Amino acid sequence: MKLAAGIDIGAAATKAAVLDPSGRLLGGAVLRTGVDFALAGARALDEALAQAGARPEELTAVFACGYGRKNLPLASETRTEIAAHAAAAYHFFPRALTVIDIGGQDNKIIKVNAQGQRLDFKMNRKCAAGTGAFLEEMALRLDLPLESMDSLARQAEDEARLGAFCTVFTATEVLGKIREGAPLSALVKGLFRSVIKRVLEMDSIEGAVVMTGGVVAHNPYLVEMMAQELGREVLTPPQPQLAGAIGVALIALRSHEPAR
Amino acid sequence: MPDAPPPIKATKKMKELMAGHFLGLDQAAREGRPKVAWCTSVGPAELLHAMGFAVYYPENHGALLGATRMATEVIPTANAAGYSPDICSYLTADVGAFLKGVTPLTQAYGIATVPKADVLVFNTNQCRDVEDWFAFYARHWNVPIVGVRSHRGLGEVKSHHVADVVAQFKDLIPTLERVSGNKFDLDRLRETVRLSKECTLRWRRVLELASRTPSPMTFFDHTIHMAPAVVLRGLPEAVEYYDLLLAEMDQRIADGVAAVPGERHRLYWEGMPVWGRLRMLSDLLSEAKAAVVASTYCNSWIFDAFDERDPFESMARAYLELFIVRDDEYKERYIHQWVERFGVKGVIFHDAKTCPNNSNNRYAMPQRLARNLGLSTLVLNGDLNDLRLFSDEQAKTNLEAFVEQMEELAA
Repeated sequence: MKLAAGIDIGAAATKAAVLDPSGRLLGGAVLRTGVDFALAGARALDEALAQAGARPEELTAVFACGYGRKNLPLASETRTEIAAHAAAAYHFFPRALTVIDIGGQDNKIIKVNAQGQRLDFKMNRKCAAGTGAFLEEMALRLDLPLESMDSLARQAEDEARLGAFCTVFTATEVLGKIREGAPLSALVKGLFRSVIKRVLEMDSIEGAVVMTGGVVAHNPYLVEMMAQELGREVLTPPQPQLAGAIGVALIALRSHEPAR
Repeated sequence: MPDAPPPIKATKKMKELMAGHFLGLDQAAREGRPKVAWCTSVGPAELLHAMGFAVYYPENHGALLGATRMATEVIPTANAAGYSPDICSYLTADVGAFLKGVTPLTQAYGIATVPKADVLVFNTNQCRDVEDWFAFYARHWNVPIVGVRSHRGLGEVKSHHVADVVAQFKDLIPTLERVSGNKFDLDRLRETVRLSKECTLRWRRVLELASRTPSPMTFFDHTIHMAPAVVLRGLPEAVEYYDLLLAEMDQRIADGVAAVPGERHRLYWEGMPVWGRLRMLSDLLSEAKAAVVASTYCNSWIFDAFDERDPFESMARAYLELFIVRDDEYKERYIHQWVERFGVKGVIFHDAKTCPNNSNNRYAMPQRLARNLGLSTLVLNGDLNDLRLFSDEQAKTNLEAFVEQMEELAA
């Protein structure tokens, strides 16, 4: 069987996906990126292939996206992660969409029309406010395991109001709330709200809303909060952290379709 | 892949002219004659030339600091001296370099320092920062600072705006006479205005040639070749230079030479250049077969109003009619005209952190242009000079994704 693979070398994590010709996910992997992009990409692909029970020679195309996309010799072509997330979101939800990707280092809002064409996109500025890096920094300051944040926020009966834009200022605000005796769960829910506010400041939201990325994958409560905030349903693809890898693999599949 | 275009031959002549300009200023400053006037880039240069000054443009020096990437090294010195990292990074780079005793002119021309001003003449038509910038040097050297406080945010330029600026120009004359030791001569002003007009007509033609498909030059070429229009307008050398450049570009067009080989997309650049990353941005867009064919920045040295028959009024009108002096409605009409004429499908707005007056994305103009004209728009966060405010990776991803999006929409 002729397969396609996509590798998304992000700032924090490297993801790989192996798809069959119909676009079905056969295998996926998520690893820490570390400092060697080529190695991380190769390992992620090996893992995804193993999970798919496939051999490298079955791959017709390997495309890459993400910050490290140009550093991966095994990829024959590259696309931006913006193209990749849009392709994946539209694959799972083929309609006019606003895609919100919360990544480790940056956020993206991508508008896609009913035909799957991208109309517009916005990336956050250089500042890490509202990204996965923000939550990691805050978890560290609160001495919390990252994976405990979702359940803590979900349990919260109250919510700490955090207003600052900047990650460092937010940390100072959090210290103030700790002094005031705010429970940990309220603080974490306040941090989730802060992520949502930073994202919604970036652009307007139109059409159906799809959220992708690692933060969403690990914190489904954040998606529920986003839906409440927007007053509408928020969709997530299966394995949202793999969305970039799946998307760029879909683009690889399309690029290698025989001409009709 | 099609061949890269040959280098522009006129560049050699431009470098000679720029060397002559700076060496002449250095000599004037050392010998005390002619007197040196510092002038804002869209300030009353014609009046200063007519009064016999050697005219120096600190913004050009600011751009050199940016292009040589010295700016980011020297800006912190100005920050530490009290000039905020949030204000104009031409100012902070220039003041920082002065405080550190360095200048890119040393490496380029063997000149030790910027030419000491005998008088500083500003025009706030671009921003207030230019006045604060010149005030630093006025205090440092204890020399006079005079200038024009311009109207801003204009829709229509009305006769009372023009009359006010004319009066302000005339108010400068006693100080300029005292410092230069020369009497004001209306005929000399007429001749300078005439030469500026000749220069500006040619510069406009250079820019308009980019409406051809494929374009013989891009915005990135324009940012280099605009130098004579900025620092030598009012002098015959600028006119001669653009005749030379135009002849070469006419030949490029005749030979079908494209500035971006295989040009597929035509873009408009709105806002300041990122001086320290011109090459990176040019290469990236060229690789994506995207040609930036027009920009408001390079158009800022088109002064259609100059008329030697009425030098004061036409100068006032020229310096008030500029894009940067106008309201958003005018700016949108202006961009609309240029994008239509140049076959542009996408506009890149550079949001320069330290240059609010020349960052036109901040009041939803990209959204309005996208909605009203069906253009793709992109906002690139960065700065003209302070590379601490620019992320290479974000810029690359943004630009690449923007061109991908245009490809998709064109498909």
